Amino acid sequence: MVLITRKIEFSASHLYNNPELSPEENRRVFGKCNNPHGHGHNYALEVTVAGEPDPVTGMVLDLKELKEILEREVMQRMDHRFLNYEVAELKGKIPTCENIARLIWELLEPKITKGRLHRVRLYESADLFADCYRNGAGGV
Amino acid sequence: MQSREDYRTDFAGLGRSSAAPLRIELGRRYRFAASHRLHTEALSEEENARVFGKCANPYGHGHNYMLEISVSGEVDPATGMIANLADLDSFVEREVIEVFDHHSLNEDVAAFRDVVPTTENLCIEIFKRLKRFPKANLERVRVQETTNNSFEYAGE
Repeated sequence: MVLITRKIEFSASHLYNNPELSPEENRRVFGKCNNPHGHGHNYALEVTVAGEPDPVTGMVLDLKELKEILEREVMQRMDHRFLNYEVAELKGKIPTCENIARLIWELLEPKITKGRLHRVRLYESADLFADCYRNGAGGV
Repeated sequence: MQSREDYRTDFAGLGRSSAAPLRIELGRRYRFAASHRLHTEALSEEENARVFGKCANPYGHGHNYMLEISVSGEVDPATGMIANLADLDSFVEREVIEVFDHHSLNEDVAAFRDVVPTTENLCIEIFKRLKRFPKANLERVRVQETTNNSFEYAGE
Protein backbone atom coordinates (compact mmCIF):
# COMPACT_ATOMS: atom_id res chain seq x y z
CA MET A 1 0.00 0.00 0.00
CA VAL A 2 1.18 3.50 -0.83
CA LEU A 3 0.05 6.75 0.79
CA ILE A 4 -0.28 9.85 -1.37
CA THR A 5 -0.79 13.30 0.12
CA ARG A 6 -1.99 16.48 -1.52
CA LYS A 7 -1.89 19.83 0.27
CA ILE A 8 -4.06 22.89 -0.32
CA GLU A 9 -4.42 26.15 1.55
CA PHE A 10 -7.47 28.30 2.08
CA SER A 11 -8.32 31.36 4.12
CA ALA A 12 -11.52 31.70 6.08
CA SER A 13 -13.03 33.42 9.07
CA HIS A 14 -14.98 31.98 11.97
CA LEU A 15 -16.04 32.50 15.56
CA TYR A 16 -16.97 30.16 18.38
CA ASN A 17 -20.33 30.74 20.04
CA ASN A 18 -22.78 28.26 21.50
CA PRO A 19 -26.25 29.85 21.74
CA GLU A 20 -27.14 27.49 24.56
CA LEU A 21 -24.51 29.07 26.81
CA SER A 22 -24.67 32.50 28.41
CA PRO A 23 -22.41 35.26 27.04
CA GLU A 24 -20.23 34.87 30.13
CA GLU A 25 -19.91 31.11 29.66
CA ASN A 26 -19.15 31.54 25.96
CA ARG A 27 -16.42 33.96 26.91
CA ARG A 28 -15.00 31.63 29.52
CA VAL A 29 -15.04 28.52 27.30
CA PHE A 30 -13.97 30.08 23.99
CA GLY A 31 -11.93 33.12 25.05
CA LYS A 32 -10.88 35.38 22.18
CA CYS A 33 -12.45 32.96 19.70
CA ASN A 34 -15.82 34.24 20.94
CA ASN A 35 -15.21 37.82 19.73
CA PRO A 36 -18.50 38.68 18.03
CA HIS A 37 -17.27 39.70 14.60
CA GLY A 38 -15.02 36.68 14.14
CA HIS A 39 -11.42 36.34 13.04
CA GLY A 40 -9.60 34.36 10.37
CA HIS A 41 -6.91 31.82 9.65
CA ASN A 42 -4.84 30.52 6.78
CA TYR A 43 -5.84 26.90 6.89
CA ALA A 44 -3.64 24.19 5.41
CA LEU A 45 -5.28 20.92 4.47
CA GLU A 46 -3.39 17.68 3.85
CA VAL A 47 -5.40 14.90 2.29
CA THR A 48 -3.87 11.43 2.27
CA VAL A 49 -5.18 8.62 0.07
CA ALA A 50 -4.08 4.99 0.44
CA GLY A 51 -3.97 2.44 -2.32
CA GLU A 52 -1.99 0.24 -4.67
CA PRO A 53 -0.39 1.85 -7.73
CA ASP A 54 -2.20 0.95 -10.95
CA PRO A 55 0.09 -1.41 -12.89
CA VAL A 56 -0.36 0.55 -16.12
CA THR A 57 -0.22 4.18 -14.94
CA GLY A 58 1.88 3.65 -11.82
CA MET A 59 -0.56 5.89 -9.93
CA VAL A 60 -2.74 5.26 -6.89
CA LEU A 61 -5.03 7.93 -8.29
CA ASP A 62 -4.70 10.77 -10.74
CA LEU A 63 -3.53 13.78 -8.71
CA LYS A 64 -5.26 16.06 -11.17
CA GLU A 65 -8.55 14.39 -10.28
CA LEU A 66 -7.85 14.78 -6.55
CA LYS A 67 -7.00 18.43 -7.15
CA GLU A 68 -10.36 18.94 -8.86
CA ILE A 69 -12.23 17.22 -6.03
CA LEU A 70 -10.47 19.44 -3.48
CA GLU A 71 -11.23 22.53 -5.54
CA ARG A 72 -14.91 21.66 -5.82
CA GLU A 73 -15.56 20.30 -2.34
CA VAL A 74 -13.27 22.43 -0.19
CA MET A 75 -11.98 25.53 -1.97
CA GLN A 76 -15.28 26.61 -3.48
CA ARG A 77 -17.09 25.94 -0.22
CA MET A 78 -14.64 27.43 2.29
CA ASP A 79 -12.01 29.67 0.72
CA HIS A 80 -12.55 33.33 1.62
CA ARG A 81 -15.77 32.47 3.43
CA PHE A 82 -17.11 33.06 6.91
CA LEU A 83 -17.45 29.43 8.01
CA ASN A 84 -20.27 30.00 10.52
CA TYR A 85 -22.54 31.77 8.05
CA GLU A 86 -21.55 30.58 4.60
CA VAL A 87 -20.91 26.85 4.94
CA ALA A 88 -24.30 25.19 5.25
CA GLU A 89 -22.89 21.93 6.65
CA LEU A 90 -21.37 23.78 9.61
CA LYS A 91 -24.61 25.46 10.60
CA GLY A 92 -25.36 24.65 14.22
CA LYS A 93 -21.83 23.38 14.85
CA ILE A 94 -18.87 25.14 16.37
CA PRO A 95 -16.41 25.48 13.47
CA THR A 96 -13.39 24.12 15.34
CA CYS A 97 -10.54 22.35 13.64
CA GLU A 98 -12.04 19.05 14.83
CA ASN A 99 -15.45 19.74 13.27
CA ILE A 100 -14.08 21.17 10.02
CA ALA A 101 -11.71 18.21 9.58
CA ARG A 102 -14.63 15.86 10.13
CA LEU A 103 -16.79 17.71 7.60
CA ILE A 104 -13.99 17.65 5.03
CA TRP A 105 -13.67 13.89 5.58
CA GLU A 106 -17.40 13.44 5.03
CA LEU A 107 -17.29 15.56 1.87
CA LEU A 108 -14.26 13.83 0.36
CA GLU A 109 -14.73 10.18 1.29
CA PRO A 110 -17.58 9.44 -1.16
CA LYS A 111 -15.82 11.33 -3.98
CA ILE A 112 -12.59 9.36 -3.83
CA THR A 113 -13.18 6.31 -5.94
CA LYS A 114 -9.60 5.20 -6.60
CA GLY A 115 -7.76 4.23 -3.44
CA ARG A 116 -9.41 5.14 -0.15
CA LEU A 117 -9.22 8.19 2.02
CA HIS A 118 -6.67 7.51 4.76
CA ARG A 119 -6.26 10.78 6.63
CA VAL A 120 -7.50 14.35 6.60
CA ARG A 121 -5.22 16.73 8.48
CA LEU A 122 -6.36 20.31 8.84
CA TYR A 123 -3.96 22.93 10.22
CA GLU A 124 -5.55 26.06 11.66
CA SER A 125 -2.07 27.39 12.36
CA ALA A 126 1.41 25.90 12.30
CA ASP A 127 0.90 24.78 15.91
CA LEU A 128 -2.68 23.51 15.91
CA PHE A 129 -4.26 20.82 13.76
CA ALA A 130 -6.86 18.07 13.74
CA ASP A 131 -6.56 14.63 12.13
CA CYS A 132 -9.51 12.59 10.96
CA TYR A 133 -9.34 8.85 10.22
CA ARG A 134 -11.86 6.13 9.72
CA ASN A 135 -11.45 3.38 12.26
CA GLY A 136 -8.20 2.90 14.14
CA ALA A 137 -6.01 3.91 11.24
CA GLY A 138 -4.44 6.67 13.34
CA GLY A 139 -0.83 6.88 14.24
CA VAL A 140 2.30 6.94 12.21
CA MET B 1 -26.19 34.23 14.67
CA GLN B 2 -27.41 30.66 14.92
CA SER B 3 -30.78 30.16 16.52
CA ARG B 4 -31.31 27.62 19.26
CA GLU B 5 -33.49 25.56 16.90
CA ASP B 6 -30.76 25.26 14.26
CA TYR B 7 -28.33 24.18 16.89
CA ARG B 8 -30.49 21.36 18.23
CA THR B 9 -31.62 20.12 14.83
CA ASP B 10 -28.18 19.94 13.35
CA PHE B 11 -26.61 18.03 16.17
CA ALA B 12 -29.15 15.26 15.70
CA GLY B 13 -27.44 14.45 12.38
CA LEU B 14 -23.92 14.26 13.78
CA GLY B 15 -22.23 10.91 13.95
CA ARG B 16 -24.10 9.29 11.05
CA SER B 17 -21.59 7.10 9.28
CA SER B 18 -21.16 3.90 7.36
CA ALA B 19 -18.99 1.05 8.56
CA ALA B 20 -16.42 2.13 11.12
CA PRO B 21 -16.70 5.32 13.14
CA LEU B 22 -14.57 8.36 12.41
CA ARG B 23 -11.71 9.09 14.73
CA ILE B 24 -10.62 12.63 15.40
CA GLU B 25 -7.32 13.60 16.96
CA LEU B 26 -6.20 17.04 17.99
CA GLY B 27 -2.56 17.92 17.32
CA ARG B 28 -0.66 20.68 19.04
CA ARG B 29 2.95 21.88 18.79
CA TYR B 30 5.10 23.44 21.49
CA ARG B 31 8.69 24.57 21.64
CA PHE B 32 11.38 24.56 24.29
CA ALA B 33 15.11 25.07 24.38
CA ALA B 34 17.32 22.88 26.55
CA SER B 35 20.84 21.57 26.87
CA HIS B 36 22.04 18.03 27.28
CA ARG B 37 25.09 15.84 27.19
CA LEU B 38 25.00 12.26 25.97
CA HIS B 39 27.27 10.34 28.28
CA THR B 40 26.95 7.34 30.53
CA GLU B 41 28.94 6.14 33.51
CA ALA B 42 28.40 2.61 32.21
CA LEU B 43 30.97 3.21 29.45
CA SER B 44 34.60 4.28 29.53
CA GLU B 45 35.52 7.79 28.36
CA GLU B 46 36.81 6.33 25.08
CA GLU B 47 33.62 4.35 24.52
CA ASN B 48 31.47 7.40 25.35
CA ALA B 49 33.42 9.42 22.81
CA ARG B 50 33.07 6.67 20.23
CA VAL B 51 29.34 6.10 20.78
CA PHE B 52 28.15 9.66 21.31
CA GLY B 53 30.76 11.66 19.39
CA LYS B 54 30.43 15.44 19.84
CA CYS B 55 27.33 14.86 21.94
CA ALA B 56 29.62 13.60 24.72
CA ASN B 57 31.57 16.87 24.96
CA PRO B 58 31.88 17.51 28.71
CA TYR B 59 29.98 20.77 29.06
CA GLY B 60 27.02 19.75 26.91
CA HIS B 61 25.21 21.64 24.16
CA GLY B 62 21.64 22.67 23.39
CA HIS B 63 18.76 22.39 20.95
CA ASN B 64 15.54 24.14 20.10
CA TYR B 65 13.17 21.25 20.56
CA MET B 66 9.75 21.07 18.94
CA LEU B 67 7.19 18.89 20.68
CA GLU B 68 4.12 17.68 18.78
CA ILE B 69 1.40 15.84 20.67
CA SER B 70 -1.82 14.18 19.52
CA VAL B 71 -4.80 13.57 21.77
CA SER B 72 -8.01 11.74 21.01
CA GLY B 73 -11.47 11.64 22.54
CA GLU B 74 -15.07 12.50 21.90
CA VAL B 75 -15.70 15.86 20.28
CA ASP B 76 -17.96 17.63 22.77
CA PRO B 77 -20.96 18.88 20.75
CA ALA B 78 -21.28 21.94 22.99
CA THR B 79 -17.74 23.16 22.29
CA GLY B 80 -16.76 21.33 19.09
CA MET B 81 -13.57 20.32 20.86
CA ILE B 82 -11.86 17.14 22.05
CA ALA B 83 -10.22 19.14 24.82
CA ASN B 84 -10.22 22.80 25.65
CA LEU B 85 -6.95 24.19 24.32
CA ALA B 86 -6.43 26.39 27.36
CA ASP B 87 -6.59 23.28 29.60
CA LEU B 88 -4.24 21.33 27.35
CA ASP B 89 -1.79 24.21 27.01
CA SER B 90 -1.63 24.89 30.74
CA PHE B 91 -1.11 21.18 31.48
CA VAL B 92 1.74 20.92 28.95
CA GLU B 93 3.20 24.18 30.21
CA ARG B 94 3.31 22.87 33.77
CA GLU B 95 4.37 19.28 33.06
CA VAL B 96 6.85 19.83 30.24
CA ILE B 97 7.70 23.40 29.30
CA GLU B 98 8.40 24.67 32.81
CA VAL B 99 10.40 21.54 33.58
CA PHE B 100 12.56 21.46 30.43
CA ASP B 101 12.64 24.93 28.89
CA HIS B 102 15.97 26.72 29.42
CA HIS B 103 17.22 23.90 31.60
CA SER B 104 19.94 21.30 31.44
CA LEU B 105 18.18 17.98 30.96
CA ASN B 106 21.05 16.14 32.70
CA GLU B 107 21.35 18.45 35.68
CA ASP B 108 17.82 19.74 36.21
CA VAL B 109 15.47 16.84 35.39
CA ALA B 110 15.38 14.00 37.91
CA ALA B 111 14.42 11.41 35.26
CA PHE B 112 17.77 11.96 33.52
CA ARG B 113 20.05 11.59 36.55
CA ASP B 114 20.82 8.03 35.49
CA VAL B 115 19.29 7.90 32.04
CA VAL B 116 20.98 9.32 28.94
CA PRO B 117 18.86 12.27 27.73
CA THR B 118 18.66 11.19 24.11
CA THR B 119 15.59 12.39 22.26
CA GLU B 120 14.29 8.79 22.37
CA ASN B 121 14.34 8.91 26.16
CA LEU B 122 12.99 12.46 26.14
CA CYS B 123 9.98 11.25 24.11
CA ILE B 124 9.31 8.50 26.64
CA GLU B 125 9.60 10.90 29.60
CA ILE B 126 7.30 13.46 27.97
CA PHE B 127 4.80 10.73 27.08
CA LYS B 128 4.72 9.56 30.73
CA ARG B 129 4.14 13.10 31.93
CA LEU B 130 1.41 13.96 29.42
CA LYS B 131 -0.38 10.60 29.65
CA ARG B 132 -1.73 11.94 32.95
CA PHE B 133 -3.72 14.67 31.16
CA PRO B 134 -7.19 14.01 32.54
CA LYS B 135 -9.37 15.49 29.79
CA ALA B 136 -8.30 13.56 26.66
CA ASN B 137 -6.33 10.49 25.72
CA LEU B 138 -2.70 11.06 24.72
CA GLU B 139 -2.07 9.11 21.51
CA ARG B 140 1.56 9.95 20.79
CA VAL B 141 4.34 12.46 21.12
CA ARG B 142 6.82 13.48 18.45
CA VAL B 143 9.94 15.42 19.38
CA GLN B 144 12.01 17.18 16.78
CA GLU B 145 15.53 17.73 18.06
CA THR B 146 16.62 19.61 14.95
CA THR B 147 14.80 20.08 11.68
CA ASN B 148 16.60 16.95 10.48
CA ASN B 149 15.84 14.57 13.39
CA SER B 150 12.53 13.64 14.92
CA PHE B 151 11.43 10.87 17.24
CA GLU B 152 8.00 9.47 18.10
CA TYR B 153 6.61 7.45 20.97
CA ALA B 154 3.08 6.16 21.41
CA GLY B 155 3.49 4.11 24.57
CA GLU B 156 4.48 0.47 24.80
